[in-house]
Amino acid sequence: MSNMKSLYLLVPLAPLLGAIAAGLFGKALGRAWSHRVTILSVAISFFASLAIFQDVLAGHNFNGIVYQWMTSGNTSFEVGFLIDRLTVVMMLVVTFVSLMVHIYTIGYMADDPGYQRFFSYISLFTFSMLMLVMANNFMQLFFGWEAVGLVSYLLIGFWYTRDTAIYANLKAFLVNRVGDFGFLLGIGLVLMVFGSLDYATVFANAHSHAKDIAPIPCVSWNMMSAICILLFIGAMGKSAQFPLHVWLPDSMEGPTPISALIHAATMVTAGIFMVARMSPLFELSDTALSFVMVVGAITALFMGFLGIVQNDIKRVIAYSTLSQLGYMTVALGASAYSVAIFHLMTHAFFKALLFLGAGSVIIAMHHDQDIRNMGGLRKYMPITWITSLIGSLALIGTPFFSGFYSKDSIIEAVGLSHLPGSGFAYFAVVAGVFVTAFYSFRMYFLVFHGEERFGKGHHDHQGDHADEEVSADHHHGLAHGQKPHETPWVVWLPLVLLAIPSVVIGFITIEPLLFGNFFQEAIHIGAEHEGMKELASEFHGATAMALHALTSLPLWLALAGVISSWFFYMKRPDIPAAIKRTFSGIYTLLDQKYYFDRFNDWFFAGGARGTSRFLWNFGDVKLIDGLMVNGSARLVGLFSGVLRRIQTGYIYHYAFSMIIGVFVLLSIRNWFE
Amino acid sequence: MIFGLPLLSVAIWLPIVFGILVLATGGDRNAPMARGIALAGSILGFLVTIPLYTGFDKMTSAMQFVEMRDWIVRYSIHYHLGVDGISVLFVLLNSFFTPLVVIAGWKVIEKRVAQYMAAFLIMSGLVNGVFASLDAVLFYVFWEAMLIPMFIIIGVWGGPNRVYAAVKFFLYTLLGSLLMLVALLYLYNQSGGSFEILDYHQMAIPMTAQILVFIAFFTAFSVKVPMFPVHTWLPDAHVEAPTGGSVILAAIMLKVGAYGFIRFSMPIAPDASHKLAGVMIALSLIAVVYIGLVALTQTDMKKLIAYSSVSHMGFVTLGFFIFNAYGVEGALLQMISHGFVSGALFLCIGVLYDRVHSRKIADYGGVANTMPVFAAFFMLFAMSNSGLPGTSGFVGEFMVIMGAVKANFWYAFLAATTLVFGAAYTLWMYKRVIFGAVANHHVAELKDITAREKLVFAILALTVLGMGLYPLPFSEIMHASVNDLLVHVARSKL
Repeated sequence: MSNMKSLYLLVPLAPLLGAIAAGLFGKALGRAWSHRVTILSVAISFFASLAIFQDVLAGHNFNGIVYQWMTSGNTSFEVGFLIDRLTVVMMLVVTFVSLMVHIYTIGYMADDPGYQRFFSYISLFTFSMLMLVMANNFMQLFFGWEAVGLVSYLLIGFWYTRDTAIYANLKAFLVNRVGDFGFLLGIGLVLMVFGSLDYATVFANAHSHAKDIAPIPCVSWNMMSAICILLFIGAMGKSAQFPLHVWLPDSMEGPTPISALIHAATMVTAGIFMVARMSPLFELSDTALSFVMVVGAITALFMGFLGIVQNDIKRVIAYSTLSQLGYMTVALGASAYSVAIFHLMTHAFFKALLFLGAGSVIIAMHHDQDIRNMGGLRKYMPITWITSLIGSLALIGTPFFSGFYSKDSIIEAVGLSHLPGSGFAYFAVVAGVFVTAFYSFRMYFLVFHGEERFGKGHHDHQGDHADEEVSADHHHGLAHGQKPHETPWVVWLPLVLLAIPSVVIGFITIEPLLFGNFFQEAIHIGAEHEGMKELASEFHGATAMALHALTSLPLWLALAGVISSWFFYMKRPDIPAAIKRTFSGIYTLLDQKYYFDRFNDWFFAGGARGTSRFLWNFGDVKLIDGLMVNGSARLVGLFSGVLRRIQTGYIYHYAFSMIIGVFVLLSIRNWFE
Repeated sequence: MIFGLPLLSVAIWLPIVFGILVLATGGDRNAPMARGIALAGSILGFLVTIPLYTGFDKMTSAMQFVEMRDWIVRYSIHYHLGVDGISVLFVLLNSFFTPLVVIAGWKVIEKRVAQYMAAFLIMSGLVNGVFASLDAVLFYVFWEAMLIPMFIIIGVWGGPNRVYAAVKFFLYTLLGSLLMLVALLYLYNQSGGSFEILDYHQMAIPMTAQILVFIAFFTAFSVKVPMFPVHTWLPDAHVEAPTGGSVILAAIMLKVGAYGFIRFSMPIAPDASHKLAGVMIALSLIAVVYIGLVALTQTDMKKLIAYSSVSHMGFVTLGFFIFNAYGVEGALLQMISHGFVSGALFLCIGVLYDRVHSRKIADYGGVANTMPVFAAFFMLFAMSNSGLPGTSGFVGEFMVIMGAVKANFWYAFLAATTLVFGAAYTLWMYKRVIFGAVANHHVAELKDITAREKLVFAILALTVLGMGLYPLPFSEIMHASVNDLLVHVARSKL
């Protein structure tokens, strides 16, 4: 067992050491050694995770402490690992995608002066994310939670000279902090009620508190609902759920590899993982589950709409990510935790693939990200084309592809839910299928098919790969007459390696993962939530499920989405333009992202600054310092100014006042006698 | 006693003796010698406090390393020293910072070097005296004496408006202290002629008197912390003080006020403490929220960090007056962490000020381009100031919020807004100063930090990370004393 424990430690510590090596000694190591060290460390972490996966499948779960962090009162706060089936799935997903992204980065960041720093950051991210998923207590969960937030902040602002990047990273951090505000209060309630932050203790005692009233003065909320909703607010920040979704599209300012790793495949799914991990708590509150489901449904549908009007290739995928995160959240609300994790996994593969594919396109386009300037790229970059097509097909839920199994299961599970809001959620996820197919293939067609719109000479940039501008990703694009070409192997190899699971992983794993009691006691479903059981009874194998789908609504919706996007953008590009003109109100609403950013900037950011200035000018400067502090000083000064007049220094003045004084005193004495 | 040395006396008087030695080197011709002696004295001063930690018995709440001698027999005033699990940490913190300040001022201070160094050494000894005194008069003497070096530091080496700031600082804190003296004299009479602080802890006091005593102490301590609304001296003092002065002011002097609450107000007047806890909590929460907001739009970096200090100290007083172990221990950890972090942040601003001679945020931008190593250190300290887990700044805030939930969920709700505000004001400042394109030729000409500066930052960075990742050594030493305090405060003295 102690052997396994050192293996557990190795998983997060290897990338941490890699990060330290590349971060502190990057200059001494040089570029090549920096990426070798970090890639090796993440590879070690991945293979150790594989070994642990085998061990867990053999029935060896682990729950124990690594060290005691601190004690207070009678409570001990610890750093420890909980290794069960939920954990190992996450460990594998995280380390595999991270490994792919590390390799890809060699190509993508080849000319960037911050090469070592970048590798250090993504290894540090891997460490943080692993600490998050391997935690056996809320305190460590929060540590990992904030640590991935930190790395996300650092990476969004990686090109720190760009105003948009440093605006986006501050925004991301602060919006996440709003979520963490709720999360921390939730943790506080957990500690107060259970006297411990240890998962095992909390989950074991959760049931006996199911009907308690929350110990919150002035309100009488159900305690479990309060705890779960507060925790979920944290998830809304990290997993970018409405209305805390606003940071994710802006996070695309970061280099593309991290958009794939952090803002699609892993970090943003931390919230999903957290809720699944907390299933013993969430199962005790239908209110919280309803809340989760509705928030997820809003995100799934309405963020999808926004993907339709975006022209930046990365932003289209970003809105797609938001929408897919919404799908996972809806699944959580329907008590289909395993389905959410299943979609999390398939999504990690195909979305990382799509992002890295987009990155490959961006390299070929010399960092022009506008899909209106692309078109016909399939001729020039066949590997990117095929893999992106695979990713898109998986995303829209084509039967037999990984995304089909997970997404269809979500739709089914939501259909079986009876919670308030499930009707709306079902509508949202079904309608979302059409939207997903439409925006995905709009992008796909505009990038890879149709007229070649690049190299129209709208820039006089003469660059090619050799003299790429440093700290790239600026929109400069191809020069006149220049043709894009396929990217080097370090870039396309990860695409291929990700394309494989994007196709097959769903088919292989759906049966054991969803219906084989794979997660065992890691996920708890209350007896009254029977959706998963019904789903299992209707399941007759992966092939049958795919064939059955041919006659079901979602597939036809997806097909309709693909065809209409082809019709609109390939066949009759005049129609979308006409629609844009006719429904300019709706178009503007979508283009302005429902005015969320404007509102937040004006109300929250501007409001805070205004309040701050007012409080400072009025409260501190005028009232406290002006009136009270310096005011009393002035008062003393005034008095002394009057008194000073008497202190003239002439002896006869003093003598005169003495005589008057004596006279007055004597008169008073006489008066009283 | 290790090697039979009266360690606390050594901790107090060794820096003072070295300070006088430094003074004896005279004019700036001997500046190198003054620096050398100061460094040796400050390092030695820190080394002698280490046995206080290693030799500390964690199992007891009793005073340790006690020294007791007659001083003024007629009024039964004693030279009585001792530390418990609470005060020992601050003696260490204070002694830890003195060498850092000496190194930080090594090149920067070129005028009256000996006096500058001496002021810090002497102050270090006096502050140790404050934390180690068990006799009320002795405490009061150290308490007032400590003002003098700081007054001089601000008044002599300070910025253009230093006289206003120094006088404001001095009057504010002195006025507060006078009422404390009255309270001590009352307690002397009530106790039948004792100046023993620990006697006061056991003494029964009627409610009205408790409340008056509490208010008297409150005026003294709240100014030092500082609590809202008597905080306005701090931003001015910080802005005008030289870097070293700001560091000691933020890292050490503010802690003295908070320490007073826990050594005097709460155990001497427990019933009044409970009765007035609502007011204390309200003022603390105002400090957290109001001051956090005020910090947001400050244009002067030092002022911003000064306001941030007030906001962070709000957590300390909040933690004390919710009367549970999480809260009190969290508050104490917050005090220590705030020492490291605010000290480090003032050093960061000092590094910039030494090069550009401006503290205005608007005069910077894109510093990361020219000072990448500095930017990395600054990032760590800024993150710790925003309470990032894994750094020391998280530990205290986390514990206080946990304790506040236990006391009243809505306290925690207001306190936790610091997650957003704290990050907003710190990181927004960081963004405007460090990130972005190079803003002007001053920034373009910046040189990254020297080996000397790197050493100071590295020590602080390791401490901040160490405490964040493994706070147990800090917390376990205080358990017995905090438990004893909580039991004591829960018992009525009426």
